[in-house]
Amino acid sequence: MDFLRPASWEEALAAKAEHPTAVPIAGGTDVMVEINFDHRRPEYLLDLNRIGELSEWEVGEESVRLGASVPYTRIMERLRGELPGLALASHTVASPQIRNRGGVGGNLGTASPAGDAHPALLAAGAEVEAESVRGSRLIPIDEFYTGVKRNALAADELIRAVHIKKADGPQQFSKVGTRNAMVIAVCAFGLALHPSSRTVRTGIGSAAPTPVRAKAAEEFLNAALEEGGFWDNGKIITPSVAKQFAELCSAACNPIDDVRGTASYRRHAVGIMARRTLTWTWESYRGTAASTEGVA
Amino acid sequence: MRVNFTVNGRPQEADDVWEGESLLYVLRERLGLPGSKNACEQGECGSCTVRLDGVPVCSCLVAAGQVEGCEVVTVEGLADYAKQRAEQGGCATGACGTPLDAAKQWEARPSDSQTGEGTELSPIQQAFIDAGAVQCGFCTPGLLVAADEMLERNPTPTDADIREALSGNLCRCTGYEKIMDAVRLAAARQGEAV
Repeated sequence: MDFLRPASWEEALAAKAEHPTAVPIAGGTDVMVEINFDHRRPEYLLDLNRIGELSEWEVGEESVRLGASVPYTRIMERLRGELPGLALASHTVASPQIRNRGGVGGNLGTASPAGDAHPALLAAGAEVEAESVRGSRLIPIDEFYTGVKRNALAADELIRAVHIKKADGPQQFSKVGTRNAMVIAVCAFGLALHPSSRTVRTGIGSAAPTPVRAKAAEEFLNAALEEGGFWDNGKIITPSVAKQFAELCSAACNPIDDVRGTASYRRHAVGIMARRTLTWTWESYRGTAASTEGVA
Repeated sequence: MRVNFTVNGRPQEADDVWEGESLLYVLRERLGLPGSKNACEQGECGSCTVRLDGVPVCSCLVAAGQVEGCEVVTVEGLADYAKQRAEQGGCATGACGTPLDAAKQWEARPSDSQTGEGTELSPIQQAFIDAGAVQCGFCTPGLLVAADEMLERNPTPTDADIREALSGNLCRCTGYEKIMDAVRLAAARQGEAV
């Protein structure tokens, strides 16, 4: 095994081009487990810790460019306003020790269906900035996950950053597990209201081969909210609408039975989380709408 | 490969390090510091917790090569680290800290031990002993490092703060109640001292 320690992003890209089998390591919270357990013996480890800009972020007009190695701790502390869904999801990642090291780039690189960041990224809307010596490209998050622990990256590409849309409305994240820390999600659900476009977006984790959106559920809810004038009148969501939304979210799952839970439990729990997060976000939106009227 | 880094305030050099080796292995097997415990090797248990550039991490999940040029504090250096923090608000590298030989010999002998020759403990270590928070002791080093860092950041923690800060450290003996008592005790004493 060789340990590559590029001092700059350019050096890292050159190293990845020269050694496409090199495994990038940043926080190490996935890679080191595989090495410790002898599940993986990469020819090259490509350490990204010396590349400072990977741990930085920029808040732009419409989105946040989040460096691939920004630790979850930092997202929780510093980006709760811009990225509330991701901040909530970050808070459910493992333990303080892990959140101090791990970041969204690693979650995307591993592309486990159980990665905690994925539902929040899908719901908020995001693009993955991938780069190689050939150039840089933005991969829409919906096209990024290609299979169980597979993603759209080419062999010579590294994740530089994630561009995540700044929240324009309430966002929520919900996760099922046996305790509040150190839990790999049995299943997880992210929901974001986008009042500026009058749409909702969802993200489901651990209930399909890849993280997925519940697109039929989103379309149903978009139409129901529009039809009922809900975005303007700020009425509470009709129980039948919430129920139908929850059922469609369950139907978007394609889960398996495994040690953490059964497929039918996961389908059921995703429906419950969908209904709850819809209620939480919508109540928050109604609150916001009322206070805006109050000051106008 | 060779790795140069600072351990408990003193520069150290580890040789013949395998590229896939963890920081934990380097500390225990190459530098002779077995205070950080090796248990799950997957970041679940927190018994290998050390501070890496000030931040608590699972040393089993840090590749040795990643700590080149970094500063690590282990449980063996915690008493000196806490003392320097209390006296000077920190320490310039190399000026203080715990020499490797002293760290290897380090034992928790509270000042009221029967031999009469006590080692100075950090406030969190003394509080763990006084509150009876140590049973088999295997999880203790990780808990001490994590709890000490929390008290540095947050001198007046709520119970929820303590639970969250220690949520990555598993203890299979105590049921955590005595550990909670110990951290509350250390926080209270810290408050009195100011």
